[in-house]
Amino acid sequence: MSDTLRETSLTNEHRTLGARLVPFAGWLMPVQYAGIKKEHEAVRSRAGLFDVSHMGEILVEGPQAVAAVDHLVTNDVSKLEVGRALYTTCCNQAGYILDDLIVYRLEADKVLVVCNASNRDKIVAHFAKNLSLGTPWNDVSDAWALLALQGPKAVAIMGNLGAPPEVLNLPYFHVTRSSLAGVELWVARTGYTGEDGFELFCASDDAVTLWRALLEAGESHGLEPVGLGARDTLRLEARLALYGNDISEQTHPFEAGLGWVVKLDAGDFIGRDALRAIKAAGLDRKLVGFEMTGRGIARHGYPIVADGKQVGEVTSGSPGPTVGRNIGLGYVPAALAKVGTGLGIEIRGKVVDAVVVSTPFYKR
Amino acid sequence: MTVTYPRDLQYTRDHEWARIEDDVIRVGITSYAVEQLGDVTLVDMPAPGEDVQAHERFGDIESVKTVSELFAPVSGEVVDVNAALESSPELVNEGPYEDGWLITIRPSDQGELEGLMDAAKYEEYLGTLDG
Repeated sequence: MSDTLRETSLTNEHRTLGARLVPFAGWLMPVQYAGIKKEHEAVRSRAGLFDVSHMGEILVEGPQAVAAVDHLVTNDVSKLEVGRALYTTCCNQAGYILDDLIVYRLEADKVLVVCNASNRDKIVAHFAKNLSLGTPWNDVSDAWALLALQGPKAVAIMGNLGAPPEVLNLPYFHVTRSSLAGVELWVARTGYTGEDGFELFCASDDAVTLWRALLEAGESHGLEPVGLGARDTLRLEARLALYGNDISEQTHPFEAGLGWVVKLDAGDFIGRDALRAIKAAGLDRKLVGFEMTGRGIARHGYPIVADGKQVGEVTSGSPGPTVGRNIGLGYVPAALAKVGTGLGIEIRGKVVDAVVVSTPFYKR
Repeated sequence: MTVTYPRDLQYTRDHEWARIEDDVIRVGITSYAVEQLGDVTLVDMPAPGEDVQAHERFGDIESVKTVSELFAPVSGEVVDVNAALESSPELVNEGPYEDGWLITIRPSDQGELEGLMDAAKYEEYLGTLDG
């Protein structure tokens, strides 16, 4: 069964730690260790360590690297300074979302693009086809591992490992070259949990060394390994979009609430004309956050109803362990998107009350 | 991993347990089911007085991650529902055979109990499941 699934350099570490491993986007990944709620709480109150080596990484190099990537994404990479990162969508010609990415300018002529595991093949093919001719690029996903250390104790744990001041004081959405536990790596102050923290890119061969060193350095701070289950509840509370749920090739950035990563006047990019037209036409529907006021948990795909008719669909939903309510995201007609609007969520044939709330559900 | 299951219970292929208590059958889910579900966050159950059918859905149990259907081990009338689960669904995780029970049923056909597995058979059955 599992022999058709890919494993990261850390899968055996997860087995040793007693993780439940499940298939995810073609990978065998830890969904939980001690339990989703416990892991979620660890990240909010202390720290959690994630193996997210399944994510895709593309390195684009050369004097044209910045301009070449800029042409493929909706945000403005042209002004991205060395050592900084930005969040962006990558759209097709029609302005619909192929993936959401973080773009890191590692060096003047070296740009790192991180994409979702589920979209790696698509994005690599998209880059191969559309990066301007002669721009050197490389899919380094297999050669690189990615660990995320997230939570209020993340800085202290990095300090325990002997991280230098430029790492400990690294501002949000910045990236720097460093070395930790004898491992050469790129350290970024980014993450997908709504907490402070770091993402660490190292060679796959060094992943076990770094993973073990971090767990050891974090032990006195209550660091726990965290699986994809809690990663999902953490990101949902922080209203961070999940590709395949909240955004897809059927959604565009404006209706997803991601208009802030579309820079229509900052140079041409794939999908710009279409997005300009979409913006001018106005929004039919919007991705809103809601919480259940009735007893029930909304899940991906459940119908959203108003006045007895289906008006939309839940894209993400689960209990929010920190906010203590059952929360969700879904697309509704623009007229129903205002905070305080009552909605119904159809749960196994029964309509349960919900209300549109402001997001993020959780803010540190 | 060798987990042993309580010897005084009967089991279904859907991972419910049944305990014969005088004239009612107490029903819950097994530690295997609890393990698969993770943190239980909500249990949807019938009201006392409703009828349930053997091997048919009588409710739903939700964890943080997923929702699963609950199947009745025997047919009959629901006598009692574990009201504590309304505010404390985690009782299912903490003690699936004790405070985490779900409902009691007054069976309409005692013969249906014969179709359930004993602990040894259930353990054998679990051994045949993948993963």
